[in-house]
Amino acid sequence: MRAFLLGLAIAGVLLLANAAFVGSFGSALALPPYLLQIVCLAGINVILAVSLNLINGFTGQFSIGHAGFMAIGAYAASYFTVTFGGRLREAVGFLPEFGRESLVLLVGLSIGALLAAVAGFLVGVPSLRLRGDYLAIVTLGFGEIIRVIIQSLDAVGGARGFAGIPKLANFFWIYGFAALTILIVYRIVHSSFGRTLIAIREDEIAAEAMGVHTTRAKVISFVVSSAMAGVGGGLFAHYLMYIHPASFTFLKSFEIIIMIVIGGLGSISGSILGAVLFITLTEGLRQFAQYRMVLFSLLLIVIMIVRPQGILGHREFVTFLTRRRRPLGESPGTPEEA
Amino acid sequence: MPILKLERVTMRFGGLIAVNELELAIEPGQLYGLIGPNGAGKTTVFNVITGVYTPSSGEIYFEKAAIGGERCGKITRRGIARTFQNIRLFGEMTVLDNVKVAFDCRQATTLSTAMLRTPAHRAEENRVDHESLEILKIFKLDKFAEERAKNLPYGSQRRLEIARAMATSPRLLLLDEPAAGMNPQESLELMDLIRWIRDKFGMSVLLVEHNMKVVMGICETVHVLDYGSTIAVGPPAQIQRDPKVIEAYLGGA
Repeated sequence: MRAFLLGLAIAGVLLLANAAFVGSFGSALALPPYLLQIVCLAGINVILAVSLNLINGFTGQFSIGHAGFMAIGAYAASYFTVTFGGRLREAVGFLPEFGRESLVLLVGLSIGALLAAVAGFLVGVPSLRLRGDYLAIVTLGFGEIIRVIIQSLDAVGGARGFAGIPKLANFFWIYGFAALTILIVYRIVHSSFGRTLIAIREDEIAAEAMGVHTTRAKVISFVVSSAMAGVGGGLFAHYLMYIHPASFTFLKSFEIIIMIVIGGLGSISGSILGAVLFITLTEGLRQFAQYRMVLFSLLLIVIMIVRPQGILGHREFVTFLTRRRRPLGESPGTPEEA
Repeated sequence: MPILKLERVTMRFGGLIAVNELELAIEPGQLYGLIGPNGAGKTTVFNVITGVYTPSSGEIYFEKAAIGGERCGKITRRGIARTFQNIRLFGEMTVLDNVKVAFDCRQATTLSTAMLRTPAHRAEENRVDHESLEILKIFKLDKFAEERAKNLPYGSQRRLEIARAMATSPRLLLLDEPAAGMNPQESLELMDLIRWIRDKFGMSVLLVEHNMKVVMGICETVHVLDYGSTIAVGPPAQIQRDPKVIEAYLGGA
């Protein structure tokens, strides 16, 4: 019940913020379109980063095919809204305009999430038997295969890109789904299932020896992560109204990895921070034109030298502030044996 | 009726025969010691029993069921738990969470109940919390409950390995060199602890150990391996006098 009320409150705040940013409450509160777009893309990045952190950070399985699942979500959702959106809109003509649009978007996103989850399952079952670098290479390969298949599908525009997608996503939906993604990952990580995921990250052999069904746990984590990437892709498509296979290359996967590595693998708040920081840096450095990527790489190198575990490491923001690194001797449970 | 029975179990790695036609039977409640010089195949025996390796030939029976070749996790859920020679704790997790992970193999919660935080899920979590703390108390680790496992002193990490294995509520506990790296005082305490948990929970224990004081002190039967083959089985006093055992350890004259 409390969670439900909190959800309602968040939705309300987001709706108000959405209205304010687009200028419904006067121009004082409105955001310039360029800034609003960056804020919205940051929200999509949060969805992608937090979902990838579930598999890379918490389960410890290094996947670099996230853009592939994002692409499936983006294309599947767009194909639905473009092809069947009109009919669905007519069928529910009794609803107000906002309700009709929301329904079309939600059905499209669900289809995107579902297809991305199915793809995640098909990719995950064979490849999650591998570990470390091998898993990374296989997921990279699958991500590219997905992109190449989409590129050759004429129904979704192929290499020309997919245009004419209705603009159904906005600040409200993007941040609503970002909040939902954070909630889902938070609850998974802080459950018995999440404990087994972290145990797999820490020592897979020991986890298996403690009776954990490691393959099943890894596949579930991968599927959930892929589905959320699919939602992120669907929102991306319905926000920018145009998608192209080149938006989902392995470079996109690497961008998401950079976000979670900067923020801290295994920290939800770290992923959020990393996602926001990433887009702030890439956009903020635009004024330096040709030096932009040089500066960006330098910043990454500095972060990796100063804090190789990421800005927040394994910790969450709250505990990062309250529980500073404490040497063993000063902790409440002081070991007495010598 | 033995709780664990190995019948002509052989484990080959290419041309190397690590374990050769091993016969072994552990009675319920028995403290069984497995010793042998380095490279005798003791850890391989552990890995075969716990499903890390599938035996090349032969069969393993646990409580009458043939378990040879089953997955590790399934064998654990059947009631065999183990510790590792080189400590394999979940370092970044708290001491309490290390034990709770082991509990999960007997837990009924699923992903959906965890997502919805149902009352049943919360009750189950509370129960696991409570029972895990009880286990930590037995092993005198409760004061470290919120500490990260990797920060514990070495001896405590060894005890946590046993505590974590106990949390899967096994009927057979396999301990791979539990006293390795412990000082004589800690080894003595460990012997008492192993004997105490055996008496309290009535489980069988299979122990691999290099520390002869520990093995001879607590085991009722000692099994000596050399080059993968059995060279002697019997009570400690008899093993200590066995000329073949002395030869294996000290070299022939």
